Parts: sequence; structure tokens; C-alpha cells
Amino acid sequence: MIITEKKDYKKILSSLKGHDSVYVIGCGRCATSCSTGGEEQVKEIVAKLKEDGKKITGFQVIEAPCDERLVGKFSRTENEKINKAEALLVLGCGAGVQTVSDVIRLPTYPALESLFLGKTKSLGRFYELCVMCGDCALDETGGICPVARCSKHLLNGPCGGSHKGKCEVDQNLDCAWYLIFERLKELKQFDKVKEYKKPKDYSRALRPRKVESR
Amino acid sequence: MTFKEALKNKGFTVTAELSPPKGEDLGEVLKKAEFLKGRVDGVNATDNQRAILHLSSLAFCAILKQKGLDPILQVSCRDRNALAISSDLLGAYALGIRNVLAITGDYPKKSLHHVVKPVFDIDAVQLIKLIKDMNGGKDFAEEALKGPTDFTIGAVVNPGADPIEGQIIKLEKKIDAGAEFIQTQIVYDVDGFKKFRNMTRNIKAKFLLGILPIRSVKMADVVSKIPGVHLPKKLIDRIEKAKDPVMEGIDISAEIINSLKGYIDGVHFMTLNNVEVIPEILSKLS
Repeated sequence: MIITEKKDYKKILSSLKGHDSVYVIGCGRCATSCSTGGEEQVKEIVAKLKEDGKKITGFQVIEAPCDERLVGKFSRTENEKINKAEALLVLGCGAGVQTVSDVIRLPTYPALESLFLGKTKSLGRFYELCVMCGDCALDETGGICPVARCSKHLLNGPCGGSHKGKCEVDQNLDCAWYLIFERLKELKQFDKVKEYKKPKDYSRALRPRKVESR
Repeated sequence: MTFKEALKNKGFTVTAELSPPKGEDLGEVLKKAEFLKGRVDGVNATDNQRAILHLSSLAFCAILKQKGLDPILQVSCRDRNALAISSDLLGAYALGIRNVLAITGDYPKKSLHHVVKPVFDIDAVQLIKLIKDMNGGKDFAEEALKGPTDFTIGAVVNPGADPIEGQIIKLEKKIDAGAEFIQTQIVYDVDGFKKFRNMTRNIKAKFLLGILPIRSVKMADVVSKIPGVHLPKKLIDRIEKAKDPVMEGIDISAEIINSLKGYIDGVHFMTLNNVEVIPEILSKLS
């Protein structure tokens, strides 16, 4: 899931400067799960914007603001209210903001910060697990990614700052390589840590990336 | 005698680290370099250590070379990608630099310059292989070089890390990749280091023991907080009680080195540029 957090409200207000009327869009998937862009958060920001003198022409949580087809359908059904707005505010990740902006040609602003791809441990506790490098090596590291979870993305074992299972960068952070060693022992695949790992092929991560399989 | 020859023939090799200045004024550090001439076999130039801006280690090594010292170029993986590192290494070789120490590099988080984007395109094992391949006439894309390099390659290890298992496996990878000498993290725990060496007896490389002479109680406090550096309480007590803590630090350093003869092939001084203590420590060695 794409993990997001709320952007500083003052920054949002500042980006909307000069626009008197706004349509607010939420995200029914990731941002709803993160409690950053669901029904409740959309209503909350609508109320705040009204207090600050903005006219809200409408608001809706779209199932997936990052899906051009769903945004297209939404823009047709909400056409009237959208047309009354000078700007759009999207409570979704960067992909959602850009998809909306591409489909509905109005000034479109983000209400969230897009953070990372991660797991939900419990409500409000999210952890980064994948950097989407396009060159997955989880088969060699016991299902724990050193690129995402080691601060230095090391592929051949821990640095000298790994101490008592923690990272030198932050003592509250687990050393990914400590976790990998322990997991590989558990899986009886410990010999895998002794193999030399080549540098990653970063040409797989040249931006912008796309999939055009059909 | 070059550093490489000393490693091979001397039996006990001595290196010292110098940090280039944060600025272009080399006056003070060049006096230190001059002092080291004839006293050590090689001089490491640190590479933006602790992720703090310093004059380039490559430029500093070239100047050390001009001054008649044998420089050891420290190359960290933090600030440059494989392309930039390779290019700098070719330049270093052309300037007469023959020794490289490959390190991962400290993360910038705790530095004054923490806003930068850390690179870590390759890790220290991959960097060692990259240098070894250049010595074999190939770059990291396995393309032929017009003129191979012939660097003596070094690596680092933290003998005090806990657990040590990961460090040893990584050290073995570094040796397999082409490292010939090891400069260790600073060591104060003699028994701990002996244990580490007993576990690494099969590793064929020259071990230079990392030594940072303690100069004050305040410094002892800072050093004891470095992850994986165990400064025994009895040594802190000695510094506290000493009339001349700098002298006590010199004595302690000499005692540590003397206790580890047979376990090491030399010593690497990391004195925070207080190089004047080096000959005093060396004069106390048995």
C-alpha cells in the first residue's frame, strides 16, 4: 500500500491562495486505509476550508484517483459541481493528484505527502518494505529487503555500525542485515549470506517507468 | 620503502590517518604531514568522514604524494556512484596514488550536512571488486581500460561489533573480492580483539590495529558511545585519575599494541590529527 500523511494545513491553504472555490477529492483505497484521505478526512478538511472562507463546490471520495478510467467517469457525473470550482484538492498520493490533474484540466493541489510503499502493522503504524527497484532479490535474503530496510541499501552484509541488532543511523531501527541473518538461519538457508551479490541493475529503475504489456 | 613494500616485507607496518581541512587552508595539516614523514609507512586521507564536508581526499592524497609520503586514498560509497568512483580512481592512479581503502561511509543523518542525498550505489564489497577488476584491466561494466591500475586494496572491519558473525562473513567477502590489508575500527578491548582474531585466523590479509589514543575524560565518554567500540571501565578510570591524561592515553595505546603482538601485522593510528603522539607510542613498543 502507498503510505501517505496529511500535509501541513497551512501549506495547503497557501497553495490554494487566489482560488475562492474548491472541489475536494478523496481516495477510497490507500489513503482511506491510512486514514488520510477517506470520507472522514475529506469532511474534516472541507469544514476547515469553509472556516477559512473557501467556497466548496462539492466533494467526493473516488474509489481510486490513480485510475484514469474511474476519474473520467467521476468527472462526467460530477461535471456541474467541478465546473463551478477554480481548483481541485486531492487527498491521495502523488499518482492520484497527477491522474486527476491530467483528466480534469483545472489547477490541482495535493493535500497529502506521499511517503512510501509499506505494510500496515496497526492503525497509524506503517513500515516501508519495498522501494520498487525492478530487480527483486528477496529470494536471496529470506524475504527481507536490504534495499528498502537497510539505510545504506547494502547487499553484501551489515556495515560496521550494526550493533546488537540495531542500526547506527537510529538505535530504534532494526538492522536489516541482522534480521536477514536470523531469518535465513530460521529457514535453514544461511549459506545464502555468504554469496557475493552483484551491484543492482539500476537501469531497471530509470524514471519515469511504465508497463505497456497490451 | 612504499606502503605496499612495508606490508610485504616489514613485519610491522605503521599507518596514520590525516583529515583534510574543512576549507582550502592546508597550512596546519601539511605540518602534520611533514611530521609523519619517515615515521609511518602510509598516510590515509579521510573521505568526508562522518559525512561532514572536508577538502577532497583525492586532492589531499595527490598533495601528500608531492610531499613525499605514500598516501592511502579512502573511498566511501556514500557520495559517489560507481561511475564517479571509477573515474576518480583512474585520476588518482594517474596522480601516483597506489593505495585505496574501501569503506561504506557514515550515514549523513547525524552530520551538519545531513540534507544531502546519500548515494550507496555500490557497497564496500562491490567497491573492492570494482578496484580489483580495474587492476585486471576492466571497468565495472567489464569493458577494457586503456591501461590497468595496480592499486593495493584495503578494507575495514569492526572487531567489536556484536554480533560479530555478520562482520566476519562480510570481511571474508571483502578478502575474496580482492582486499589485501585491513585497517580495523579503534580497539581498546584486548581480550575481545584476541577472540576476534582467533575467529579470523584463516583470513589471509594484513591486519593493522586501529588505535585512537584517549586524551581526556570527555573524549573517553564520546568514544565509549561509538557502537561496537568497547572502552573498558578500568581504562576510563586510569584517564580520570591521571595527572597527564594525554600521557596516560599514550601509555594505554602502547600497552594495547604490545599485548596484541602476534595477533596483528601493524597498527593504524586515528589520532584526530594529533599525530605528535605517534612516535611516543612507537618508542614504547616492545
